[in-house]
Amino acid sequence: MTANASIKWLRRNLFSSWWNGALTLFVLYVFWSTIPPFLDWALVRAVWSGEGREACLGPDKGACWPFIFANLDQFIYGRYPTELRWRVDLAFLLGLAGLVPMLIPRVPAKLWNLGYLVVAWPMIAIVLIAGDRPGLVGVDTDLWGGLLVTLVVAITGIVASFPLGILLALGRRSEMPVIRTLSIMFIEFWRGVPLVTVLFMASVMLPLFLPQGVRLDNLLRCLVGVALFSSAYMAEVVRGGLQAVPRGQYEAARALGLSYWQTMGLIVLPQALRSVIPGIVNTFIGLFKDTTLVLIVGLFDFLGQVRIQLSDMHWATPQGAATGYVFAALVYWVFCFGMSRYSVFMEKRLNAGRAR
Amino acid sequence: MADTKKPIIAIEHVDKWFDDFHVLKDVNLSVAEGERIVIAGPSGSGKSTLIRCINRLEAHDRGRIAVDGIELTEDLKRIDEVRREVGMVFQQFNLFPHMTVLENCTLAPIWVRKQPKEEAEAIAMRFLERVRIPEQAAKYPGQLSGGQQQRVAIARALCMNPKIMLFDEPTSALDPEMIKEVLDVMVGLAHDGMTMICVTHEMGFAREVADRVVFMDQGEIVEEAPPAEFFTSPKSERTKAFLAQILRG
Repeated sequence: MTANASIKWLRRNLFSSWWNGALTLFVLYVFWSTIPPFLDWALVRAVWSGEGREACLGPDKGACWPFIFANLDQFIYGRYPTELRWRVDLAFLLGLAGLVPMLIPRVPAKLWNLGYLVVAWPMIAIVLIAGDRPGLVGVDTDLWGGLLVTLVVAITGIVASFPLGILLALGRRSEMPVIRTLSIMFIEFWRGVPLVTVLFMASVMLPLFLPQGVRLDNLLRCLVGVALFSSAYMAEVVRGGLQAVPRGQYEAARALGLSYWQTMGLIVLPQALRSVIPGIVNTFIGLFKDTTLVLIVGLFDFLGQVRIQLSDMHWATPQGAATGYVFAALVYWVFCFGMSRYSVFMEKRLNAGRAR
Repeated sequence: MADTKKPIIAIEHVDKWFDDFHVLKDVNLSVAEGERIVIAGPSGSGKSTLIRCINRLEAHDRGRIAVDGIELTEDLKRIDEVRREVGMVFQQFNLFPHMTVLENCTLAPIWVRKQPKEEAEAIAMRFLERVRIPEQAAKYPGQLSGGQQQRVAIARALCMNPKIMLFDEPTSALDPEMIKEVLDVMVGLAHDGMTMICVTHEMGFAREVADRVVFMDQGEIVEEAPPAEFFTSPKSERTKAFLAQILRG
């Protein structure tokens, strides 16, 4: 009975014509010729323990996982002083304590939660990680590295680009010509320049324009560059949402006496942002992956740190590079896939509450 | 009679253009407190534009509009003052789809009139009872029929305790079987003495409640008269042609 049903299913879905049948066989062949060898390399022939490169040397050894385990701390913190890493951990935990209740819809007091997350926590985290307060040992940003830098750049970019992008989108649709023109110029400038160029300009050209003696931190310059760059993209996504809100919504709000900002904040933006959640998350994911570009201005983010450790003589093996990059890809994928799934969850939840 | 009371809306020599299109041509209209005006006319005659000028959803280009003694100019503060006193009901309802019926009704009282939430909700429930849908308060607009949505829209406007209500073709987007429930609410409102200006094709409604019917064509007020006079002995040829068309059915 069930065997019969599966054969029927196969025939209908995979072999409905000779062309579909050929495609099915071809795809099966591609799977068969790539997946088993990869698993063989990553799991079966892989080395799982060892103290150095000798463990991973050999003609048919696979992935060199001890390299990852031994360098995990460097991947996460870079050259951040070992005895002070608890401060990074604490900042991370405090962030998690704000983020998790924020993401669970049932937990109340979202406004306070958001305030903590985008105002209070960043300040606490900066003090903890940079330590530029009396009583704390300062840690120069040159020593920051690994996932720490990746998250600092990504989170700053996300937290700054969201409100900036909304303001730019509103500005672009403003009835005031000066504001509209400035917004368009800003957006089109940043959209028209590659992020690599932005980062080069931030680290090489910006100091030329600053008064003598003023020195801006390299990381800080990159943060500003990334935030402005991604806010231009965010603005265009939000603008798409604003255009999808019917004009009658705006008119009804104004007719009730609501001010411009009340109309936007209470009526237009809630509807506009809801309709562009996929685009917003897409921008966040793009931003998260683009953080790898800070490598070219001498910052060592997660990927950069993996590359540094690869050149460590103690661990230099034929399989080291492949192992490192597979691990890096996996970490980026986990973050991005997490964001993507959360956006799907939010969309479903928002659409379930009401029929339109 | 209208002339003896002080006008609450004064429209004097108003002109408006949409680019090259002269949509309002030297329009004069004075509305007394408690007066019910029905504006009729073929589509494109400028009726909607005229009432949208009264709460400045459209800006007039020439002439003078004063509402409750406040002249409408570029001054945003004055515009907001006028909008607080003037309720508006739209052809497409324009309820806020992301809020419940009750939230739709309490939004402006809370944010504009600064009423406490409990008070605003009590008032909103009273008006929802008046438009006969208190049981829908917790639903979202998308879950209601067109007639119910339009009644919510009326309640939402009434919650601001306006002195004047503007209706912009409130029944034109409704299925025939729902028109009556909305008109009944409007008739009730008229009997309570609300100052109303309605753009509508419902001539039965005009006969029943209007103090004056204003006929517009091609951006001009062609004729204005009490309904009895307007329907039985129209003066201008254009009015006659319009009435012949609309009353044929």
